[in-house]
Amino acid sequence: MMTDEIGAENPLLRVENVSKTYGSPGENRPVLDGVSLDLRLGETLALTGESGSGKSTLLHLVGALDDFDAGEIRLGATNLSGLTDRDRAALRRTQVAMVFQQFNLIASLTVAENLRVHARLAGREDQSWLIRLTERLGLTDLLARYPEHLSGGQQQRVAIGRALAMRPRLLLADEPTGNLDEHSSAKVMDLMLELVRDAGSALFLVTHSNAIADQLDRRLHLRNGHVA
Amino acid sequence: MTRIAALVLLSHWRRQPVQLVTLILGLALATGLWSAVQAINGQARASYAEAAEQLGTRELATLVSTTGTIPLDRYVRLRRAGWQVSPVLEGRTKLGGRWVTVMGVDVLSHPTMTWLRPETANVTPDAILTPPGRLFAHPATIAELGTVPSEVPIVQAPNVPAGIVMTDIGTAERILQRKNQISRLIILKSQPRDLPALSDVVPDLTRISPRPQDAIARLTDSFHLNLTAFGLLAFAVGLFIVHGTIGLAFQQRRPMFRSLRALGVPLALLSRLLLAELLGLALIAGSVGLVLGYLVAAALLPDVSATLRGLYGAPVSGGLALRPVWFVSGLGMALFGALVAGAQGLRNLFHLPLLVAPGQQDWLGMTLLRMPWMAAGGVMMICAGGLGSWMIGGLLGGFVLLAGLMTGAALLLPPTLTVLLAWAARLGKGAISQWFWADLRSQLPGLSLAFMALLLALSTNIGVGTMVSSFRLTFVGWLDQRLAAELYVTARTDRQGRAVEEWLAAHSQAVLPIRYAEGSVLGQPTRIYGVVDHSTYREFWPLIHATPDVWQRLADGTGALINEQLARRAELWPGDRIELTPELTTDVVGVYSDYGNPRGQVMIGLPTLLSNFDGVAHRQFGVRVPDQQADALADRLRQQFDLPASAVRNQAAIKAGSLAVFEKTFVVTAALNVLTLGVASFAILTSLLTLWTLRLPQVAPIWALGLTRRRLLWLEVLRSTALAAMTVLLAIPLGLLLAWILLAVINVEAFGWRIPLHVFPLEWLKLGALTVLAAVVAAIIPARRLLAAPPSELLKVFTNEN
Ligand SMILES: Nc1ncnc2c1ncn2[C@@H]1O[C@H](COP(=O)(O)OP(=O)(O)O)[C@@H](O)[C@H]1O
Ligand SMILES: [Mg+2]
Repeated sequence: MMTDEIGAENPLLRVENVSKTYGSPGENRPVLDGVSLDLRLGETLALTGESGSGKSTLLHLVGALDDFDAGEIRLGATNLSGLTDRDRAALRRTQVAMVFQQFNLIASLTVAENLRVHARLAGREDQSWLIRLTERLGLTDLLARYPEHLSGGQQQRVAIGRALAMRPRLLLADEPTGNLDEHSSAKVMDLMLELVRDAGSALFLVTHSNAIADQLDRRLHLRNGHVA
Repeated sequence: MTRIAALVLLSHWRRQPVQLVTLILGLALATGLWSAVQAINGQARASYAEAAEQLGTRELATLVSTTGTIPLDRYVRLRRAGWQVSPVLEGRTKLGGRWVTVMGVDVLSHPTMTWLRPETANVTPDAILTPPGRLFAHPATIAELGTVPSEVPIVQAPNVPAGIVMTDIGTAERILQRKNQISRLIILKSQPRDLPALSDVVPDLTRISPRPQDAIARLTDSFHLNLTAFGLLAFAVGLFIVHGTIGLAFQQRRPMFRSLRALGVPLALLSRLLLAELLGLALIAGSVGLVLGYLVAAALLPDVSATLRGLYGAPVSGGLALRPVWFVSGLGMALFGALVAGAQGLRNLFHLPLLVAPGQQDWLGMTLLRMPWMAAGGVMMICAGGLGSWMIGGLLGGFVLLAGLMTGAALLLPPTLTVLLAWAARLGKGAISQWFWADLRSQLPGLSLAFMALLLALSTNIGVGTMVSSFRLTFVGWLDQRLAAELYVTARTDRQGRAVEEWLAAHSQAVLPIRYAEGSVLGQPTRIYGVVDHSTYREFWPLIHATPDVWQRLADGTGALINEQLARRAELWPGDRIELTPELTTDVVGVYSDYGNPRGQVMIGLPTLLSNFDGVAHRQFGVRVPDQQADALADRLRQQFDLPASAVRNQAAIKAGSLAVFEKTFVVTAALNVLTLGVASFAILTSLLTLWTLRLPQVAPIWALGLTRRRLLWLEVLRSTALAAMTVLLAIPLGLLLAWILLAVINVEAFGWRIPLHVFPLEWLKLGALTVLAAVVAAIIPARRLLAAPPSELLKVFTNEN
């Protein structure tokens, strides 16, 4: 369904002049007010900004989780405005993967099942890649556990593994290490960057840490609804 | 994708087996109670039909002769004219020293040969038809007869009514020594067209219409109506449980639904999967419920069929036959219940935002904020029930009132408890006491459904119990009044009737002729009785309303008594006038209760009846005789006039038969009551169990503040007990209201009589104690973990990041 050519001139993600207001426009200040950005295949992009500046909002729009008021978002050749729920679901299932601050693992699935679930839904299970991910993320001994019996850092590693197991073209990560202490944060971040490169995915990462942002190919800053 | 998404959804149950069991068991119990009641009802109805059929006469008209027997040539004449009739020869004879009624039928043409079934398969038609023939009798009858040195072999046939011996008419002729005689001719259902009129072919024979349902059959109808109402209420209780657990399962899986959608499962697929899951669970639970229902019904049915056996003198099968309708209705109720319970969850799914807005928190089920809405909804349901019953009227209106009241009251329970608890919290002094009440109040939303189920169960219990007890008490009193005479005799013919009356005048204290004509009052068929002036009536007749000189007015021929049904239907009370025939209009001087009779009835003086109606039969009598002589007199009467056993009935036997219905109603409702209560207690247990994981983080801080775990355990028990006790207190008035609706609205609409309400506070006390006990047990089971839990588990509450 996505027979698009993506290259230097055709970016993987193009956000153009996107605006978003929660609630009734006019009543509330727009959270995003004409945001534009590009992201190429395999590229890593950091988005920084103060708390409440709209970083998560932008990420949700790109992940087809929410609607926006104006502008255009293209993922490959797909225009995100005016998609049905079914099309959005297909997009999330096969193209985009997400890692959130709250770990969003499925509580009733074991680590092994959680790792596999997205890839299986996408119909793209790759056993050897999965084994590699599991080993690199240090989850081999935890496969039979349920999320509630994992520490925060372990849970987030599972979430990263789950997202990358389906080799998404685009990985969206919203402060994935925000709930972790400094040490495990650095460890998880290193792992994620390494594995994203292995998977060949592009990364759109929201963070408020400059140190983390510096590790990525590019960085943008969100302020007053605009990027700079 | 579909398979994977389905597996993920189902993985929830793997982690929450208790919830799964609750859900299935709740729905299964609801279905089970419902289908048990249905099975009992269905079986009983089928049994009546069968009992009636065995005698072969209830549904079909018969021909009899005023002389008592029909000569054979009348039969031949009818057959030649084309009439399809089947002869019956009935008589009494001594077998093994005991008198029995022998009923000889034409094996080839008799409409129902149910007595000739499987047990007798080894008897060939030849053996029955050619001498010496065969006699068929119920094993009980055979046992009574002992070893009979009879030249005709006796075959066990459990389907033959007790005390009767069935056989071929030829054999009967020989045994009774009544060659070429016929007692009656059954007019078969299918007749050729254009038959000559019976009055032309056999002018000397009288056609008797099929017997209308008799009074006792109507009483059993009321029994079944009660059972059905009970089944519905029990199902409602089960529904509350299922609603609770399904709601919980949806609530707990909200994060999972979000995750699945974020991972690209379309909403449409998700909702279809959840619907399929719901239906699948309902099918499983429904099947389990059918098995449960079958077991319950099978356990209770022997009692019910024993009752019917007593009533009809006809053994009805105590075994349970499975009818397809029963399967379908049971599974249908399970599916319907699951859909009703899951509808809200499915609807919420569509409103479930994909993203959690900041500050938005999931909370289990209802919130305290919803309480005013629930209160408003409750009041609205009650008003709607009242309004609906007023507008619809009739029996349906009564049920609408019932439904509105029960759902409304259930909705009102949580808000009422909230108010009560807020009030208690204000009274509480110490910090712990204040925490306790405030905490209880905040816990209410999660526990609401279970306690709503308990409220319904308790009030159903009280309501149905009160109704049945009131019914019984009133009915016993009424029977004593109404069946004042010791013996009731029915002669074969008027001529015999006169002879019986003469004979009895010399052998008893008083003979009270029971004579009536079929008339019509206000266009309704009405039976009009004529009574003699006798002190028995003055002493015993069950009058509800009357003028002081009522019996004198009847004797004078200037007044009429009417039964309660007629009075209520036609709004006729003492002082009103009633037209019995165009020539006869008289004052209503009194109203009497007449349970078990569907039709209107009028009583006037016998001379008035005889001078206004022609052809009033003179065959039935009430006989006053000292109690201890009644049996002997009955036997002498039967001998003297060759009357079948059923023609002379002892009042005590009739009473016992009628009372048996209520005794069994008692047994069955008591059993169902206990089951319903058990189901509700189970609901409390499971909601406490499922809430316990959420509970730990709430009690942990209190534990950290220095309360011992044992103390916390007792507070948990107190919590559940307090809620249960409050629910019991609220259930009592609701139960009484329910009883009132059943007695004063539904019964009046269904049967035309009203039963005074009697209260039984001791029963409430027992019920309350039982409920509190159940609540204590339900609280202890999950809270025990508090004692067993290592401190690390309690501490985890504080160390967990999210
Ligand atoms: N679902 C929502 N409804 C209303 N307001 C929201 C919602 N989500 C976010 N907001 C508001 O939008 C602004 C941006 O939020 P967010 O994108 O989460 O910021 P960030 O991720 O940069 O901290 C905040 O003021 C937040 O309160
Ligand atoms: Mg954010």
